[in-house]
Amino acid sequence: MMEYHDIIIIGGGPAGLAAAISAREAGAEDILILERDERPGGILNQCIHNGFGLHTFKEELTGPEYAERFITRAKELNIPIKLKTIAADISPEREVTYVNSEEGAVTVKAGAVILAMGCRERPRGALGLPGFRPAGVFTAGTAQRLMNIEGFAVGKEVVILGSGDIGLIMARRMTLEGAKVKVVAELMPYSGGLKRNIVQCLEDYGIPLKLSHTVTCIHGKERVTGVTISEVGADRRPIPGTEEYYSCDTLLLSCGLLPENELSKSAGVVLSRVTGGPEVTDSLETTVPGVFAAGNVLHVHDLVDFVSEEAARAGRKAAEYVKGGSTPEKFVEIKTAGGVRYTVPQRISPDTMDDKITLRFRVGDILKNKTLAVYFDGEPVRRVKKRIMAPGEMEELVLTKASFAEHPDVKEILVCAED
Amino acid sequence: MEIRELTCIRCPMGCQLTVTIDGENVSVSGNTCPRGEDYGKNEVINPIRTVTSSIRVEGGSLKLVSVKTKGDIPKGKIFEVMEAIRSATVTAPVHTGDVLISNAAGTGIDVVATKTVEKR
Repeated sequence: MMEYHDIIIIGGGPAGLAAAISAREAGAEDILILERDERPGGILNQCIHNGFGLHTFKEELTGPEYAERFITRAKELNIPIKLKTIAADISPEREVTYVNSEEGAVTVKAGAVILAMGCRERPRGALGLPGFRPAGVFTAGTAQRLMNIEGFAVGKEVVILGSGDIGLIMARRMTLEGAKVKVVAELMPYSGGLKRNIVQCLEDYGIPLKLSHTVTCIHGKERVTGVTISEVGADRRPIPGTEEYYSCDTLLLSCGLLPENELSKSAGVVLSRVTGGPEVTDSLETTVPGVFAAGNVLHVHDLVDFVSEEAARAGRKAAEYVKGGSTPEKFVEIKTAGGVRYTVPQRISPDTMDDKITLRFRVGDILKNKTLAVYFDGEPVRRVKKRIMAPGEMEELVLTKASFAEHPDVKEILVCAED
Repeated sequence: MEIRELTCIRCPMGCQLTVTIDGENVSVSGNTCPRGEDYGKNEVINPIRTVTSSIRVEGGSLKLVSVKTKGDIPKGKIFEVMEAIRSATVTAPVHTGDVLISNAAGTGIDVVATKTVEKR
């Protein structure tokens, strides 16, 4: 007979750990975490900078310190974690196949599965950068791992394409280690990173940020010798005549993060075309009953604090599910308009929802002096004035059960930004 | 009189501040709330930062242990503190919170481990 666990969690990073802890605290006894790395903690292990935990612990921690608090708690609760173990397949019936060098390939059955695989960086191949294929081109996260975990220097003269947070953090990190970071080029007319990172990682060290610019040639055959950067027009195409040459031995790419959902697909989970992550209910349950998702696999977050909070809810809901809960039958879909690109969750069950549900989302452009509004079948139920919203900063709105009690027959919820 | 242009980071608004330093008098304009004034003044009078980096470990399960200054240090001392961090080596085991460099670069602030590295 197939081995069984109440809850199997795919990934031992911040989302997986927080989900496991909260599932155990909600009464789930039999939990198993699968983690492919040699240690738990996920990406936090290489995020040695500070700024984590301000919301969760009301103090500023580094990534490893934040991770350690969750790892310690998981140990106290005796939650088993299989390290160096990769999940290879999940079936719609919640049969999870994992592989490691001691057991080989093993298939186990789960009462509930929590997807917590995180995200990946958009690689060079997905960017269509012209030029040769020399050594010295890294995604920012790879460079971060090489530098902070493996102890390599990575490069001496650096150009960064993309202004995602990891690229900004690496601009500072490499500068502190003695490298010369010459420029950060960003295709869009606004940065994809947090404002505080622009100021503390670039402005503090006099590193220029060139908005509406991109790399139009990578020079060098064995190792990068330089890059050409060009200005782009409103159509995001390079403007001839604006080419500028920068000599460098390293090009870092910080051009977006993509939720990693190959396993979700094999489980039959429906993915959102906007987030790239599963569509979920207010219980963070995907379209496959008993399969839940949280963290960057669901949608890419700016702050780990919100990953932990979201994952804790997924853990609690998964624990309720295996104790005999069922998937609710009636849902209200959330539509978006006016610059709001999506919401997570995408649907809410008014009958079973918690007293408060936080909707998280991003806008598609810089929006100034707008109002975030929620409509139930065309009737306004919530309005929040926002002086500024930016694609690089996740927004949130809270919906209460009381609003649903006042609108018992609501068919559709609309979230939008308006004047 | 000195004039400095800063971006406030107290909220995502990111107001462009103009800070005017005239002897003892520091005034801030361009802010849209009191927190911006506070930020602008601190940034020119006494800018401080936490520095994070890593130190080489001998005999550990990892080659590096991540570290931070236990408190904020003056911004102008960042590279001196980095020099102290770069020239340091420690022997495993190292535990989170262990003081690895005391009074780094004369700032009065210690550099502490932010990760546990066991013996190999």
